[in-house]
Order: sequence, then C-alpha cells, then structure tokens
Amino acid sequence: MTLRNLSDKPVGVIGAGNFGSAIANILSYQTKVLLYARDAKVVQHIQEKRENRGHVFNEQVTATNDMAYLASQCDILFPIVPSAHFREMMMNLSPYLHPYHIMIHGTKGFDIKLPEGETLETMKLLSREQVKTMSEVIKEESVVVRVGCLAGPNLSKELAQRQPSATVVASPFQEVIQIGKKLLRNDRFQVYGNNDLVGVEMAGVLKNIIAIASGALSGLGHGENAKGLLISRGAVEMIYLGRALGGNTKAFLGLAGIGDLVTTCNSPMSRNFTVGYRLAKGETLDQILGDMHEVAEGVNTIKIVKKCADYYKVRAPITDRLYKVLFEGMTVPEALEHLMRYPLDVDIDFIED
Amino acid sequence: MEIVEKKNKNIGYEPILDGIPNWPVYQLSKNRKEFLDEVTQKSIIRIKELRPTRKQLIDELEATVYREQNRLKRNKWRVDPPDESEFWSSIKNDLVELSSKGEAGTTKKEDEILKRITERYANEIAGSFKPSSYKFARGVIKFGFRRLLNGARIKKFGGFFRSKYALRDKIHIVGKVKMLRKLAKKGTVVMVPTHFSNLDSVLIGWVIHSLGLPAFLYGAGLNLFNIKIIAYFMNSLGAYKVDRRKKNLPYLETLKMYSNIALQKGAHSLFFPGGTRSRSGAIETRLRLGLLSTSIEAQRNLYLDNPEQGAEVRKIFVVPVTLNYHFVLEAPDLIEDYLHVKGQDRYFPEQDNYGSMQLLKFMFKFFTKGSNISVSIGPCLDVMGNYVDNEGNSLDAQGRIIDTRDYFVSNGKVGVDLQREDEYTRMLGNKIVKEYHRINRAFASHLVAFVAFEMWMRKFPKLDLFSILRLPEEDLEIEYQEFKETFKRVRKEIYRLKDENKINFATHFKGKADEVIKHGLDNVGTFHLKRPLLKNKKGNIITHDLTVLYYYHNRMTGYDLEKFI
Repeated sequence: MTLRNLSDKPVGVIGAGNFGSAIANILSYQTKVLLYARDAKVVQHIQEKRENRGHVFNEQVTATNDMAYLASQCDILFPIVPSAHFREMMMNLSPYLHPYHIMIHGTKGFDIKLPEGETLETMKLLSREQVKTMSEVIKEESVVVRVGCLAGPNLSKELAQRQPSATVVASPFQEVIQIGKKLLRNDRFQVYGNNDLVGVEMAGVLKNIIAIASGALSGLGHGENAKGLLISRGAVEMIYLGRALGGNTKAFLGLAGIGDLVTTCNSPMSRNFTVGYRLAKGETLDQILGDMHEVAEGVNTIKIVKKCADYYKVRAPITDRLYKVLFEGMTVPEALEHLMRYPLDVDIDFIED
Repeated sequence: MEIVEKKNKNIGYEPILDGIPNWPVYQLSKNRKEFLDEVTQKSIIRIKELRPTRKQLIDELEATVYREQNRLKRNKWRVDPPDESEFWSSIKNDLVELSSKGEAGTTKKEDEILKRITERYANEIAGSFKPSSYKFARGVIKFGFRRLLNGARIKKFGGFFRSKYALRDKIHIVGKVKMLRKLAKKGTVVMVPTHFSNLDSVLIGWVIHSLGLPAFLYGAGLNLFNIKIIAYFMNSLGAYKVDRRKKNLPYLETLKMYSNIALQKGAHSLFFPGGTRSRSGAIETRLRLGLLSTSIEAQRNLYLDNPEQGAEVRKIFVVPVTLNYHFVLEAPDLIEDYLHVKGQDRYFPEQDNYGSMQLLKFMFKFFTKGSNISVSIGPCLDVMGNYVDNEGNSLDAQGRIIDTRDYFVSNGKVGVDLQREDEYTRMLGNKIVKEYHRINRAFASHLVAFVAFEMWMRKFPKLDLFSILRLPEEDLEIEYQEFKETFKRVRKEIYRLKDENKINFATHFKGKADEVIKHGLDNVGTFHLKRPLLKNKKGNIITHDLTVLYYYHNRMTGYDLEKFI
C-alpha cells in the first residue's frame, strides 16, 4: 500500500550505541539511514571510518548530530538511547516532531518520574504514575502517536556478524508493524508483529531481573536443571508482574518474552548476568559496579520492580530475594534456599481455560 | 443556615446564528430525501467492503434476518413499526429463494436485499427537524418549567404567573461556554455528555438552547421514544434514533454513516458515548466507540476532500460534558440492574418503569424542593483529544500548534486506514473519560454517600460487596464525630486534587464541615421512597437503603479516595 515509495526519505536512527548501530546497519539494506549521535566526534568518526563499535556501515548510512534536520528528513524514526536519557532526548526532539512521524524504539528500561524532592531510595512504593515505558514517554513528550517498539533476542554482537536472528515489532497500529517489517526484514533477520505494545516493552525490561538470577545460579556452580527451573519460574513471575503493570500474558510467551529470556539467561557476556555471577562469588554490589563501565539495567530494574510489586501486591519471590541480596545484605545461597522452600506448587496458573 | 449555591452568572446568551433556516440541522431535514439516499448508498458501499464476497454478504444478511426476527419475538417495543414482522418475513423469503437458486442467474439479487434493509434502517434512524414544532416544544419547555418553578416557589396566589425564577437558577452551567459558542461558529461540535438519567436528554436540549446554540443532531436511545411525552420533544428537537437492540452489521454501519455524513455536512451533534445510562452511578469509564469513531472518520473525510496542505477545512470539536444531580429518579432500578449483571452475568431486557406521569411528578418535586443540577461544559478537543485554543487550533502539551491533518498523513498524503482510526477512537475515548473526571463537579451529597459507604466497607473487611449489601440496615450506624473527621479528611484530598486540576466541586462544597454534611444529607437521593442516608435521633449517620447509597457513592469512585477513609 503506502510503503511503495518509502525509500525516497531516509529512516532515522537516534543513538549510535551498540544496538543503535546494529539497527542502522540492518535498515541500510532496505533504505537510506540517517544515524543521529549526540557526540560530534562519533559523527565524524562514522563519516570518516564508515564504522562504529564493530559495525561496518555501507554507503546508505549517513551520520548527523542535528535533530531538527533529522526530524525534517525522516518520517520514520528508531530511537535507541539508554532509558536514563530517553526522556531528555525526547524533550529536545519534540519541537521538531509532527503527528505524521512514526517512532519505533529499541530501548529496554523504565523511565522514572518522581515527585519533587524524592529519590528512588526514599520512595517506599512505586506505581505506574511514576514508572513509564519508553512508548509512554514518547507520547507524553511529543505529538507522535504512532509508536512501536523492538524487542527480542538481539545480541548486538551476533547481529553484527549477520547470524540468524529475529525481533518483534509491537504496536497497536498495524501500520507501524507493517513498516517495521518492511524496513527490518532480510534473509538473516525475521520480524514478527504483536499488538500489545506495553506487554512487549514489559517483557523486554523484566527479563533483566531473571538474567541476574541466572548469573547467580551459574556463579554458585549450578547446572542446567537449575537453569530450566529458573527460566520457567522466572517467566511466570514476569507474567504476573507484567500483567500488574499493564501488559497481557501473550506477549510474554513470544519472542520478546521467552525468546529473549532464554537468550539472556544463557549469555555470560551480558552485564546483568555478570552482576549475578559475581554476587554469587561473594562480591558486594558496590565492588561490582565499581569496576563496570556501563550500567547493568537489571540492578535498577530490580529496585523499581520490587517497589511496584509491593504497590500492586504482586507475588514476585525472585525479584524480592534479589532485592534483598543487592541492597539488604542477604547472600545468594540464602536467597536460593528461601526460593527452594517457597510454598507454591502450581506449575501454570496464569492461563485461563 | 442554608448554604446557598452562588448565584449563577449566566444571564442567558444570544443565539449564535440568527435564523433557523441557517441551522445545519434544518438544512439536513429540508433535504431529507437526498441525505438519506446518500446515507443508504454509502452504507451499502461500506458494508460490501466489510463483506467482500457474495457468500459473506449473504451470510451476513441471513444473520441479520435471524436476529431481527428473534428480537421481534423476544423484545418488542411500543415504538416498533407495525409492519416489522411482515418486512422481515418477506426478506427471509427472498433470501431462501436466493439460496435455493444457487449461483447462477441470481446476480445482484443480494444487493437489492441489502439495499432494502439499509434503506429501511436509514429511514428509521433519521429524525425530522421541523422548525414549527421545534419552536413549540421549546416554548413549552421554557414556559412549563418557569410556571412550575414560580408557582412552587412563590407561595402567594398568582405566583404561577410570575417570572421571578428562571430555570437557570436551578441548573448551573459552568465551564468553557464562551469557547463552545465561538467554536460552534468556526467548526462542527460533537457534544458527548455523561449519562445518568432519562432526564439528561431533555436537560441537555435545554442547555444547548439556552447557550444560544442551534439545535443539535441528537442520537437518542430508541427506548426513550417509548415514553410518549419524551418522544414528542425528541422528535421535534431533531433527534435521530439509536436502537441498542439491533447489533447487526447493516444497522450499525447505517447508523454510523448517518452520523458521519451529518458531521461532514456541518451538523452539530450530540450523543451519549456511554451508550446507556450509567448503571452503577459511576462516571463512565468505558465508552462505546462506534459513534465516537464517526467524528474521526468525518474529520478525515473532510481532509480527504481538501487534500492540499494548508487548505481551509472545517474542524470537528469534541466537547465532553458532565451532568451532576443530587438525585437520580431511576437510581434504585439502575443499581439493581447493575448488581444483577455484576452478580451473575445475566442478560436482562431493558425496561423503563417510568411513564409520562412519573416523569411529570418528578419534575414537580424537582422544582418545588431544592435540588440543583449542575452541567459542566468541558474544553473543546479536536478529534484526537488535543485541547484547542480559542481559534480552534489544536495544541500539544507544550502549547505548540499541531496540524490535525498530520494524524491522517502517511508518507506525505492523507489516507484511509481504518485500523489506525480504531486506535485513534480508543485514544479519544480515554481522553474523554479523563476529562469527565476532571470537569466533574462534586456535590456534597456525593461525598457523604461515598464516605459513609466506604466506612461501612472498612468495618467489614472480610465481606465482599454483595454480602455488605445484604447486611440489615438496622445494624449500620456511624458515630457522627467519626464520620465528620473522615469526611473532612477526604474533602481535603479533593481540594488537593482540584489544585492538580483533576476534579472540580460545587460552590456549596466549601465551608464548615457540619453545614456541608447537612447539605449533603438533605440532598442525597432526597425523593426516593427510602432515604439512602440520614441522621438518627442520636445524631449518628444511618441508612434506610444501602443499595441506593452504593449508587450515589459510586459517583466519587475513580479518584483513589478510598485510601483516605
């Protein structure tokens, strides 16, 4: 239908981090790409070397650090910046956006908006008033309504090597899903659609919690049985949390839920996994974070989700124990022991009929 | 001391269009035939788009006939035309003939059947606006109300013929009146009020007239036409009929097309997006999206007709309105219905226990006793739910001007995407619900009901709603001091919410707690057989009808006030 002449206009990618660069690369097989980086040096580097963080770009990719230009050239934008900077980026971009813009973000994390004078530490409980997904931030800060997200097992490194992989494009708008498919799909990259945007976003964020737990099990030297146990119980916990926070069960059973969960729990390279692993080896959180260069999203996620679970009265034993380990000095073996004794013996109770 | 509602500032408004012949509603009904032809034709096109193959269409027609005949058997109303069963039998015969003949030689027969059905529906839905009877009805309402009011208020002989009190002393119109009047000249207004009582339709008709607006095209539930006195007013005010019993595709599409085309032709419209009176007494939180979608579709079509960027296009403005009563005549029945459904998920046919006499009696009570009604007019929204400025420009949250056309643009061009518009409709619905809560004018009577009921809930934490409602009323008593403290606490929270612009309240709401509580107790559901809330001899709070109390209590739900009990 309307997608025929999409190639006239370039597609924008905001954020030249690892995943942003990977997505720019995938897009460049189908269309011209404008890649926005905040740092002028990065822009220059990309323009000169045709490369960023191990991702080699073809001639379709142009780098820029001019937001106004980006918004005027592109109708379709893929914002992929860390969740902590997402709102600020949207505020800067917002004056240049119009309702005809379409945004598909690739950020897995929560945005937190606290009342004046409060910090994450002083807030005992958090509700959805304060905790927003990235699509909600886009809608709050701009006039863009046709919003979607990317989620799924997409390790940037494997994407860079053109290994087979897939993603979910989630949006309540069929139009957005179709555009996402059209732009991203290639013989190495499969794209699925899902209309539960918030559910898919939740799945992408919540799996970070289970990733830390997976690292911890590994750190204790436990094997595959334990991991299978963790993944399935972790999925159940994600579903409960996700439903309380506004998603539907289905999103968690797909690529963005189970798919991403299995990948993350099996990738020792990931930051979340590493945190769990080192905790199990007896290090404290401060020690671990002290020598990590980038933030492990999962640590923050646990802090937030624990307070949401308390607010919405959701049973979330894994999150709860990890919170105690991270912030209240419980040891990993103690936490595990507690979980193994947890008096819950129904395997699946979240699917009706 | 009585707390008096502040004198209403609205002194009455000049009409914004001088002659009735200029009114879009009049134009429509003058060209009734052409208009209905257009509705029929376009509905047929739409239905055939939705059921593209011959088989699908025939299946749909068969389902329609089946449902209609079923309806005639099960749920017949006084307003149904006498030839209903004849008509549907003949359609059925034609369909049987069609399927017996098979594929060959029957081309376009099904189209003809579809045409007969849609034509019938279009004629049934259509209202007819006649200036003479409009003027007459308007006169009757005005005159009648005023006579009643003055006769009742002024005890002296001859009071009946004085005009000291006007209806607007009883009915308080607050909110964005100026903006509404201004934008009704610039664009097309879709008014979407909350719906609590059958009285709403008459009330809102009066409000529209007294604001100096031309008559609105009016989607009124067909059940209202069962009550003759209302039917008369409805017909003369240009109401079209919405029959909620009919859920078949041809009917729904014809109904939507009717509203859609009327909007495109610039007829201001009104419908209750809750679809039916709020059964629970709460402000609607889930809207029927069908008719709402027509405002979005109509706006898109207006852009489609003027495709070049920057062209002057008539804008459609959506105006949420909340109505507040101390007393809803039908409350006991509505809440019964609600509990029935909630309790055991059972279907119940809608019936109205109130005929013309009851309504007149109520009117008399309403005017003789002090029971005010408040109408709050919300700000105008564009079809996407954005606020607009006084010139009708859509604004974003930061106050920047947005071009509404851009919402329908894909790849640089205005286009049709029904799925996208479904989603837009949902967003608009959510926005309207939010506005309802924001412009809602809380009454003392609502708050006393809320506080008392929640306190009783709190007292029996182990019981569910239904068990609480079954408690014997004699066992329920709240000590006045305790009640007052709680009342003050909740009221304080409402003050805070108002500062955050999340609710509004009537002027009688402020002041000494004792007096406000008294005002509330005196007014909450005053005219019911059994009073939902009152003081006993000891001065403590008791109830004679917990279920009705629950109804009035529901009015204040949705603000998270429960935790302040």
